[in-house]
Amino acid sequence: MAGSAQPAAIGETVLKVADLCVTFRTPAGPIEVPRGVSFTVRRGETLALVGESGSGKSVTSLAVMRLTPKPPRCHVRGQVLLRDDAGGTRDLLSLSDEQMRRVRGNDISMIFQEPMTSLNPVHTVGAQIAEAIHFHRNVGPRAARERALALLELVGISEPRKRLDSYPHHLSGGMRQRVMIAMALACDPKVLIADEPTTALDVTVQAQILALLKELQQRTGMGIIFITHNLGVVAEIADRVMVMYAGRIVEQADVGPLFARPMMPYTAGLLRSVPRVDLAGAGRPVLETIGGNVPDPLRMPPGCAFHPRCRHHRPGRCDTAVPALEDAGGDHLLRCARWREIAEAAS
Amino acid sequence: MTVVQTGTPLLTAEGVSKWFFLGNTLFRRGRQDVVRAVDGVSFDIRRGEVLGLVGESGSGKSTVGRTILRLNEPTAGSIRFDGHELAGLTRRQLRPLRPRMQLIFQDPFSSLNPRMTVGRIIDTPITIHAPETSRAARRERVAELLHLVGLSPRYAERYPHEFSGGQRQRIGIARALVMNPDFLVADEPVSALDVSIQAQVVNLLLEIREKLGLTMLFISHDLAVVGCVSDRIAVMYLGRIVELAPTRSLFLDPRHPYTEALFSAEPIPNPAIRRDRILLKGEIPSPVNPPSGCVFRTRCPYALPDCAKVVPPLTEVAPGHAKACIRDDLDLRPSQHA
Ligand SMILES: Nc1ncnc2c1ncn2[C@@H]1O[C@H](COP(=O)(O)OP(=O)(O)OP(=O)(O)O)[C@@H](O)[C@H]1O
Ligand SMILES: Nc1ncnc2c1ncn2[C@@H]1O[C@H](COP(=O)(O)OP(=O)(O)OP(=O)(O)O)[C@@H](O)[C@H]1O
Ligand code: SF4
Ligand SMILES: [Mg+2]
Ligand SMILES: [Mg+2]
Repeated sequence: MAGSAQPAAIGETVLKVADLCVTFRTPAGPIEVPRGVSFTVRRGETLALVGESGSGKSVTSLAVMRLTPKPPRCHVRGQVLLRDDAGGTRDLLSLSDEQMRRVRGNDISMIFQEPMTSLNPVHTVGAQIAEAIHFHRNVGPRAARERALALLELVGISEPRKRLDSYPHHLSGGMRQRVMIAMALACDPKVLIADEPTTALDVTVQAQILALLKELQQRTGMGIIFITHNLGVVAEIADRVMVMYAGRIVEQADVGPLFARPMMPYTAGLLRSVPRVDLAGAGRPVLETIGGNVPDPLRMPPGCAFHPRCRHHRPGRCDTAVPALEDAGGDHLLRCARWREIAEAAS
Repeated sequence: MTVVQTGTPLLTAEGVSKWFFLGNTLFRRGRQDVVRAVDGVSFDIRRGEVLGLVGESGSGKSTVGRTILRLNEPTAGSIRFDGHELAGLTRRQLRPLRPRMQLIFQDPFSSLNPRMTVGRIIDTPITIHAPETSRAARRERVAELLHLVGLSPRYAERYPHEFSGGQRQRIGIARALVMNPDFLVADEPVSALDVSIQAQVVNLLLEIREKLGLTMLFISHDLAVVGCVSDRIAVMYLGRIVELAPTRSLFLDPRHPYTEALFSAEPIPNPAIRRDRILLKGEIPSPVNPPSGCVFRTRCPYALPDCAKVVPPLTEVAPGHAKACIRDDLDLRPSQHA
């Protein structure tokens, strides 16, 4: 019974990503990250995406938003099925650029780690939010401004009427992130992708933003994909967690079981290496670590990409074929050639 | 006074301030902005001790670190290092002390010169401070240090870009240790690293500290990391130390409302604990116009009118545990780690 006391209003699937692959052509050779990623996001659900730097979290979300570089530099394969209001689904990867512009910021929105990269420094905050509303909704400038005001109020900005006429650089980091959230929510998206939205913020401000996102989700029922490398944040906000390693999903489960009983050795190692303050012990705790380094995307290890760092690794078993993503029961998915033996030995 | 570690202070800071004077132009004379980055902080670090320094962005942690190493000139106050008063010393007078006090940087990507081999990076301080050292001796010392930080001595010939973040941080640590310092300031040494690599570097620092008997100021905004490595912790807010206590008593029995709020805001990696948070209003104010009295009062859930009147001094409330808050009647929540 670990886990949330959240009033679960998780509903039907709003986004289904199937077998997403992205290939970058680089002078040094092709980089393929992600490599066949599939997941779903349901109404009112928060899916957290975790993994080491370079594992493909941002590229996955950029591909969903159709924001990766254009071919021939970069190729995207797979399906990104978004439910529309009529109850049907559309594959975002097959839309024209013009059609996609209508979807982006309307049905599906994204907020980034560094708000200044997506706010225009020469326009006021109010003008930028109003512009987004005006583009997607057939409303006049006055109504758009009123809606912008309501949004700033909604995201907890003090003196919102005054802030409408502020420029982004007049705002603190936390306020900019709130403005970004206001913009992303301008058209009530069904899905919000938040890529490390609190990483650059202080913990006390991070706590404010996380509380805000949760509250907004309860109001609007949007599905959220929340990318972070902070496992504390994951425990705080996620319903379901997806762990990526070297471009592949290696484990996916509901947040309670994932933390209570991680089954893939990388996830288990990651959870063990989180610093914990040991107040009982006399001596200093030695943190558990995962040895070695993240693999080079140009030279991915064969078989299980984690095998060079894995303490359970067996030659011949782990370094030949890529282990399949298996269901260990209860929708707990994992990718490890030896998970049954490891689970048995642990119990 | 009862202390965690017996031992005399290696470093003592008393009333140290560092103000930055901005906009000192011909046209703006008279209304110059003053950034009170650090405003009257006092603490000591005992031999062999790790003192942690936590606080939010802009609270003045790095400035404290740089000022006690005399990479900054303090605006006021005294810094005594092993019997030497550092405030007021000239560059030249500081020079013989430099090798004994070193800084480890946050960013392993920008702090290593990309055009130098790892060997050169590590042995540069030797060529500056002990130019008489032979090449062979330098090479041997580099190999010894690479070994100490868990890297192959063969790496001496390679360049920084060939290494991962964690490996580069190890190189930075080797460079800081090459002159056998007694005192290290580690400024966010693991913040830029992945969780699994962070733990490796934290362990390395602890191991080295044990082995070499180092004294350290460990700066981080991550409470759990600081809690793991520090004997005592100082909490900073807007240029001041608001609480200073042995690690255990800080986590179990915080006495300053800001410390309580930090503990409450910290996300704990356990989904079974989803609790009510103390959500502070707003963000840390500007150090150009700090609030009068207690600098935390504009965000403090327990502020009284009197909090605006005087700057509360850092006062001992239990053995070795000091706080700067006028309220003694509060029953504050411990850390979730407790
Ligand atoms: N435009 C690009 N051209 C070439 N390679 C790219 C490009 N964008 C990303 N990559 C590569 O794709 C891989 C995945 O990158 P991605 O940004 O998704 O990682 P991430 O999981 O978001 O990491 P982080 O935690 O550091 O944000 C990396 O190896 C990166 O070098
Ligand atoms: N050289 C400088 N000139 C002017 N202001 C400065 C200078 N160095 C620091 N400051 C200001 O002093 C204050 C404290 O900065 P400092 O870098 O010490 O904070 P910090 O606690 O280390 O923050 P962070 O967690 O972001 O590293 C900030 O407001 C900063 O802008
Ligand atoms: S497949 Fe092998 S190497 Fe990969 S996680 Fe499982 S045991 Fe470890
Ligand atoms: Mg990313
Ligand atoms: Mg700093």
